[in-house]
Amino acid sequence: MNIYQDIILDHYHHPHNKGKIIHPNNSVLTNNPLCGDKIEMMAIYDKDRVKEIKFQGEGCVISQASASMLTDYAKNKSKHELKKLDSKFIIKMLGIDLGLNRIKCAVLPLEALHKLL
Amino acid sequence: MLNIQNIKKQFPIFQNQPGLVYLDSTATSLKPKVVIDKIKEYYEKYSANVFRGIYPMSEKATMEFEETRNVVSKFINTNKPEEIVFTRNATESLNLLAYSLGRKIVESGDEIITTIMEHHSNFVPWQVLASEVGALFKIVNIDNKGYLEKDWNKIVTKKTKILALTYISNVLGTINPIKEIISQAKKINPQIIIIVDVAQAVPHQKIDVVDLEADFVAFSSHKMLGPTGVGVLWGKERLLKEIYPFMYGGDMIDEVYIDRTTYKDPPHKFEAGTPAIGEIIAFKEAVKFLDKIGMENIQKHEKKITDFAINRLINTFGQSIKIYGPKNIEDRGGIVSFTFDKFHPHDIAQILADEGICVRAGHHCAMPLHTRLNVPATVRASFYLYNDENDVNKLIEGLKKVKKILE
Repeated sequence: MNIYQDIILDHYHHPHNKGKIIHPNNSVLTNNPLCGDKIEMMAIYDKDRVKEIKFQGEGCVISQASASMLTDYAKNKSKHELKKLDSKFIIKMLGIDLGLNRIKCAVLPLEALHKLL
Repeated sequence: MLNIQNIKKQFPIFQNQPGLVYLDSTATSLKPKVVIDKIKEYYEKYSANVFRGIYPMSEKATMEFEETRNVVSKFINTNKPEEIVFTRNATESLNLLAYSLGRKIVESGDEIITTIMEHHSNFVPWQVLASEVGALFKIVNIDNKGYLEKDWNKIVTKKTKILALTYISNVLGTINPIKEIISQAKKINPQIIIIVDVAQAVPHQKIDVVDLEADFVAFSSHKMLGPTGVGVLWGKERLLKEIYPFMYGGDMIDEVYIDRTTYKDPPHKFEAGTPAIGEIIAFKEAVKFLDKIGMENIQKHEKKITDFAINRLINTFGQSIKIYGPKNIEDRGGIVSFTFDKFHPHDIAQILADEGICVRAGHHCAMPLHTRLNVPATVRASFYLYNDENDVNKLIEGLKKVKKILE
């Protein structure tokens, strides 16, 4: 199956939640030195729940689409729920077959989210 | 002129992977049938260990094994087979030197010089050695055109023990003026030891190690149509005798007593344990294959196709393609690294892969160079004797598709 599905490309061209939160409760930076992808992720919490979440940075289609979809998913979820997410969830969320070499791109935003929580 | 269709017929992979556009020979080359058949011959007909058995199969294996040493030594124009050491790959050859030579001659306060365009295997071993012994680790920069800095008078000093550099950059394609650099460096410091990484040079052009006046060179079989698991270290006989052994064990010892051990002479001193016998035996078929076609013909062909590729890329995509390395085709090997618009190299390589086009994306084991170029990653297309204009045309079509999908 082709990785570059319309839905993936749509998130890449028009990423959701891309930008900056002025006064976040927490902010992290994660990068993959192999391909130079960088993701900065920040959030505001309402007690244990994610109230607002944004990301910024450069990356390939996969990492950008993954960040866009993951931040959508994370809104209003509890930290506890989000900590349980793993790479299988990301693959299912993206709905595409990823070769061994591209999994890293897809899970980079998840690494950022886990650091953020 | 090379007959590419005829050459392709001798590589079984083109029958097994119809439509294959292989533009990643800088990472590893494809293998002709004669090489694959020779490996099979060893395993099916005389798969004995070398240097051990008195029986005919072992003698045959030993004879075939040593014949590769002869063939390789002639190929790089040293007529001393005992100067050819078999390792696993160029990386191991360079690491061997960092241990056996580096730990023998480099002391605190000395200098080790390498360049910003090195593959990690000719960078990290020296960085680690310098840090361990307290030597100064100096890096020669490049200019914005992709050439090494030229003021060797300011770089090499009397304290420089080792200068390790590449002949051809695996990213920029830059062919360094190695002979001139060696001669200048030795004029400044006659004691300096010069190590040349020729892994990207030996497969593509005639190399004469005696004429170069290098002290050591390193290369890999798998980048020159040969099997994986075989590397070469060539060194001057006197130096190979002086430096420490690398690994200890079978085949490399002379006599072992409870309190001491003596070692064999080079090259066996550096070949501990059972080597990749079948692969080393088959390696000579790759060398003979290249020799038969002629290194000058191969080089000429690669220049023609590289020139064609660069022109087509620029003519088709204009400013949105940025090609790294020398503009003058005479100073460049068959390597074209580039970035394309704002598209990520991994996405470019992925979409090309879906079209059956194999290129490499990333930092190509040259992270210091990419930092210097101020890009995290590039796409690299590289050419060899089985590539032709059709491959370039398919690359161009593939890149048009990249643009269509990602723009």
